[in-house]
Parts: sequence; structure tokens; C-alpha cells
Amino acid sequence: METLNVTELHEMARQIRRDIIKMLMISKSGHSGGPLGLADIFTSLYFNIMNIDSKRPNMPERDYFFLSAGHLCPVWYATLARRGYIPLTELSTLRKINGRLQGHPAPAYTHGVPGVEIASGALGQGLSIAVGCALGLRLDKKPNRVYVLHGDGELNEGQIWEAMMTAGHHHVDNLIAIVDRNHCQIDNRTDKVMELEPLADKWKAFGWHVLECNGNDIEQFFKTMKQAQQLKGKPTVIIAQTYMGKGVSFMEDDYKWHGVPPNDEQGKQALSEILPTKYGDFIEFEWEKSRPVGIEV
Amino acid sequence: MPKYQAKELKATRLGFGEALVELGKENPNVVVLGGDVTGSVRTDLFMKAFPDRFFSVGVAEQDMMGTAAGFAVAGKIPFASTYGEFAVGRPFDQIRQSIAYSRLPVKICASHCGITVGPDGATHQSLEDLAIMRVLPHMTVATPCDYLETKKMIHASIKWNHPIYIRFFRDNTPVFTDPAATFEFGKADTLIDGKDVTIISCGLQVWEAILAEEVLAAEGISVRLINMHTIKPLDNEIVIKAAKETGAIVTAEDHQKHAGLAGAVAEVLAWHQPAPLESVAVNDTYGESGRGDELMRKYGIAKDDIVKAVRAVLKRKK
Repeated sequence: METLNVTELHEMARQIRRDIIKMLMISKSGHSGGPLGLADIFTSLYFNIMNIDSKRPNMPERDYFFLSAGHLCPVWYATLARRGYIPLTELSTLRKINGRLQGHPAPAYTHGVPGVEIASGALGQGLSIAVGCALGLRLDKKPNRVYVLHGDGELNEGQIWEAMMTAGHHHVDNLIAIVDRNHCQIDNRTDKVMELEPLADKWKAFGWHVLECNGNDIEQFFKTMKQAQQLKGKPTVIIAQTYMGKGVSFMEDDYKWHGVPPNDEQGKQALSEILPTKYGDFIEFEWEKSRPVGIEV
Repeated sequence: MPKYQAKELKATRLGFGEALVELGKENPNVVVLGGDVTGSVRTDLFMKAFPDRFFSVGVAEQDMMGTAAGFAVAGKIPFASTYGEFAVGRPFDQIRQSIAYSRLPVKICASHCGITVGPDGATHQSLEDLAIMRVLPHMTVATPCDYLETKKMIHASIKWNHPIYIRFFRDNTPVFTDPAATFEFGKADTLIDGKDVTIISCGLQVWEAILAEEVLAAEGISVRLINMHTIKPLDNEIVIKAAKETGAIVTAEDHQKHAGLAGAVAEVLAWHQPAPLESVAVNDTYGESGRGDELMRKYGIAKDDIVKAVRAVLKRKK
């Protein structure tokens, strides 16, 4: 698929931030902070890094992407829409009945969002899935890469560490994990809820290559990813430092924005701070009155 | 003489292990995940035959279920196997989200189920697994009654494109099913026809029911015996037919009385064709150490308990 250059990536990330705000204003429910912080990473992955084709979401040679922290899905849905996997107007349907854009991602063949391989929402499950998928691809000597994205709070889950061991043990080097290190989780700062540091050393000790970067700097993330793709012999994790709520002054770096949507006033304020782009906002429609997409009941 | 003969004693888990090797030869997409009890659950046979397609995940059942789901996403046919308690109790959330809700055709194969696992005691006696797996949408739940049926079930499972939980056992137990009999998930087998009462049984209690039928036949009671190898989707038709034609039902299983085979049959009877029901099962309690045969008697799931249940249900029959 056609990729975007750096200037365009910046603009697309900004548009995806606008989309997230608008989606959450419509749904009046959902997670704001994490998705805003990840717009740069998702834009880079879907518009430059991964080998994908939105017209053939299940093409055998695709790179696989798993969102382990399912609550971050507003940024995923917005990115999938901007990349052409789903109609842009469908972003109006987040969390609405009979819609495909479930509050946490549903598998493609029950709810039909192309590009979503498996359900997520209960935390900590995505790394195991990514490892299994990567091992399966390796068995077939396929060149596909597997990407999986984790929240940092999610690393509290024990299954993550089981899967880290498994990936290290089997030297799964067609796998790149990304940790969204925004230091925030629903209750508080991550170091208040459960200390994660020294995080890089922990991954290293489990047999991983560890790279760190600023996840809100598209060029730096891009360079780090290129470096990750060259590493062999072990799985690689990129610990990406991001800011929760990035782009909206009153949300930035504030854990209280983990799980709530902006109200109308806050949403308007946010949209005034995230400047419009050449890509244009999606057109809202009243889902309850008109259901052009989605599953039949 | 019982109407079926024990040709030999062989473990259901061995049937599983041998079937995996056969499948491994037939299908290069079959992969097996090991959770450090491979010698016990007999995935050691596959590991030796196909080391490249065997993946150790350590004693980490949550990771095992997730990894299996990932293999399925990549188009592989994954078998995840450990003891029943750890295949179901420990990774329930992983099975629910990553396998059942995601509707991935992972084969969860649980050995050492039921109270008959014996000396290891209550922590290792999986008595709730049928109930827990049965409640999950998309999940198929099945349990073979002997070595031969286990092999057939495992072979059938790779053509069964649904998440599936298969429950089997540790001990060497009678091999009595007909090698020529066909196997199909969701289609129960009538092993003995009869008109006075129906025993619906699964797993190792099928053999106990065969022994019980001999006693009852000598008393002049005509028993129909059904091997309900698939607990979900349950063969509703055969239950309704049995209720209509024999008017009394007894279930027998090595599992809690609530929500396993007894519960599944009770639902069908209550919703479609009411008939008196007695259930031979572990009655809302945990087990303890002992030999399998001793525990079956102490916890009321042996041949004699089935005989008593049949007599009791016949008293309730109109």
C-alpha cells in the first residue's frame, strides 16, 4: 500500500487525534488518554511500517497486529478508518448497539471489523497470542512480522511475564512488542499502583532485545522501529515513552483521563487545540436511525 | 455377562497421545503445546515424533491458552494439553476471551479429570470442568469413554472447526467400544436398547453403567444405555426420545452433580419432555486422596450407585 511521508504522518496523526475526540464526544463513553497518546505510533505502524492492505485485510503475507490493551481501541478504529479498512462515517458508531466498533475489540468474524484478528479487553493476553502467531509463521518459514501493543499498566498482569519467558525461550525474533510507557493507569501513576522499573532490565533479563524511544516523536519512533526490524536471535520490545492525552493541554500526562470521554465543552476545547488537517473530519450520522453497516441481530 | 466386554485395559490419555502422533503424520499444521506434564498427558509421544512442532510453554497455563490461540490465528491446528484442573480453572479468562469469544478452533485437551485421578487429592481432581466449559458460547465439550473412543474423538476434532474442550482420564480403564463404530460430535451412541429406563452416561461412568445394566437386566429391568460423549452441543433428540419411550432417566458422570452432564440433561427434560431424573455424580463436595475405585465408591459414582439410582427413578416413574 501507498505510504505517507513524515510531513503527512504528522498531519494524519493530528487528524486521528481529532477523530478520537469526536468519536468519544458522540459515544459519550470510552477511553481518551491512552488513545490520544498513541496516535503517532498507530499512524506510523499503519501508514508506513507494516506490510498490510486494507482491501485485503486477510492477505496471507500481511504483518499481524495485536492490540493487547483492548481499551485503547478508539485510536485503532480511527486509524483503521483512515487507512480504509472501514468507512470513516462508521466512527460515529463507537460503543453503540448493533455496531461493529465494540467498546473493546471483538473478533473480526463475530463483529466484522477487518484488521482485528482476535478479541482483547481483559488485559495481559495479547503477548501470548502474538508469540503463538509468530511461532506459527516461523514454522512455515514465512517472512511476516508480528506486532503487539501493550499498555504499561497492563504489565501488572502475570500472563505477560509468562509470555515474555516463552518468547525469550523460543527466540521469537519475528515479533516486535511495543509498550506504551505513559506512566498512567486507571487508578494513578503506574509507580503508585505497581512499580514497573527497572522495566528495560526486566525485559532484558527475560531474553529480549530492548529499545527505548519517544513514542510521540514520529521520526524517532520510525528510526527505532527500523532498528528493531534488523535485530535477530531474540524478540524485541520497544519501550515507547508517550504522554497520556497528548495534544490536549488539559489531558496531557493526567491519569484521570485514562477511562473517561470529554464532555461537549471539553471536546470543543480539545478540537480547538488539535488543529484541523487537510484530511478533514469524518461526517457524523445518527447510527440509531440509519444502520448501513454492522451485524444483523 | 455384561453386554460389552473389556478387551484390555488402556488409558484414555494414551489414546490421545497416540492419536496426536497419527494426526501429526497426516497434517503438517498440527502443533502441540506442552505445559511440563507431557509425560503424564502423553504429549511426550508427539514431542518425540515431531520436535519441531512441539512447543514448551512451561508450567504456565494462561500463556498456553493464549499461545494456542495465536497459533490458530496463524492457521495452525493447536492442541493445548494439561491436567483438567489447570486446563480450565487456571486459564478461564484466556479461554473465554482469546479462544471461545474469538471463536478459534483450539483443541483444549484435559487429562487426569475427575475424582478417579485418585491419590493426588482434591486439588488435582477436576470436578467442575464440564460445567465451566459448557457455559461458554461457541465451545464444544466432549469426553470419551475409553481408549478407542478417545482416538476417534481426537481424529474428529481436527475437522471440527470450533473451539473444543476434550476431557479424559489418567487410569488404565476397560477398552470396550466397537472399533468399527463411527464417531460424530453431538450424536450420542445408544450402546444398549431398552424400554423401562435410560441411563445417560459419559466418560468412565459408561463402563460402570454397562456393569450396572447387567445387574438390572438380571432383575428383569430393560435398560437403555446411552454414551453421551458430547456434553455440548448435547444430543437433545436422543434425550427427548429416551424420556418419551422409557419415561425415566438416570445420569452418571465423574463430575459435580450440578451443571455437568446431569445439569445438561435436566435442562432438556425440563424444557422439552419432563421425566423423573436421578443423577449419579459427586454431590457438591471436594474429593480426597485414595485409589480411583475406592473414591468412586466412597463418593457414590460406581456401578452400585447407578443400580440404586435406577431403582429409585423407577419408583418415581408414573
